[in-house]
Amino acid sequence: MIDSKLASKDPRAVVPAMLPAVDVIEDAEGITVYADLPGVPKDRLALTVESGTLTIEGEVVLDAPEDLTPGHAEIDVPRFRRVFSLSQELDGNQVLAEFQQGVLKLRIPKAAHALPRRVEVRVA
Amino acid sequence: MYRTAFSRDVLAELDRLQRGLQNAFELSPSIRGRGRGYPAINVGSTPTSLEVFVFAPGIEPASLEVQVDKGVLTLAGNRQPTSGPEKATVHIGERFEGRFRRVVNLPEDAIQEGITASYRDGVVHVKVPRRSAAQARRINVQ
Repeated sequence: MIDSKLASKDPRAVVPAMLPAVDVIEDAEGITVYADLPGVPKDRLALTVESGTLTIEGEVVLDAPEDLTPGHAEIDVPRFRRVFSLSQELDGNQVLAEFQQGVLKLRIPKAAHALPRRVEVRVA
Repeated sequence: MYRTAFSRDVLAELDRLQRGLQNAFELSPSIRGRGRGYPAINVGSTPTSLEVFVFAPGIEPASLEVQVDKGVLTLAGNRQPTSGPEKATVHIGERFEGRFRRVVNLPEDAIQEGITASYRDGVVHVKVPRRSAAQARRINVQ
């Protein structure tokens, strides 16, 4: 489903893309990322976590008629891409993703060893 | 906490710089701003229709107001803020929230009665039919 350009690993072959607007929110258990990817169908969304790097990439597909003449365009590159470095305490293997109405929600939990622990203080 | 505040300031500064550059190159920017706000709009045309794509992700289709009045197409709505857990730190907050409104002037030959709108993958697609060339009346010269 994912075309070869999306899966391309050669940095020289990187195709131009727009930066999607994101929200990144951190709480005690992990990080939640929201990304606006309007016009990206589910099967054109590619999410990868590789050596501590999270890549969000999606291709915009509009149901435009064949004979459409472009006029005014604010989305002028039909692709979104954004790359984040994950820090050590985030568990890149446990990322949960939801994609609805062009909004991607990612939940990246913190690794068990990085969760806050309450240290009991005993008074001797 | 310190780092977050710092990086946001830098981003804001870059944004300001970019806007300054854009203003310098564009002699007469639009009165409604850069037009890079929310939602973004693409407009194209075919001989028989005008196609408007409004990039409005994360909207309840029922809450979208699409209106046509005197040749002006208006799209308005409200984007609810994302509710996060308590005690959360916002590191990046770029996504638009709140009320929005965008306006498109329709061409003379638009047929306002036949306008349709659909919502898919966060994009509102408004189709405005036009009186096509085929429908133009030929007048015989006597």
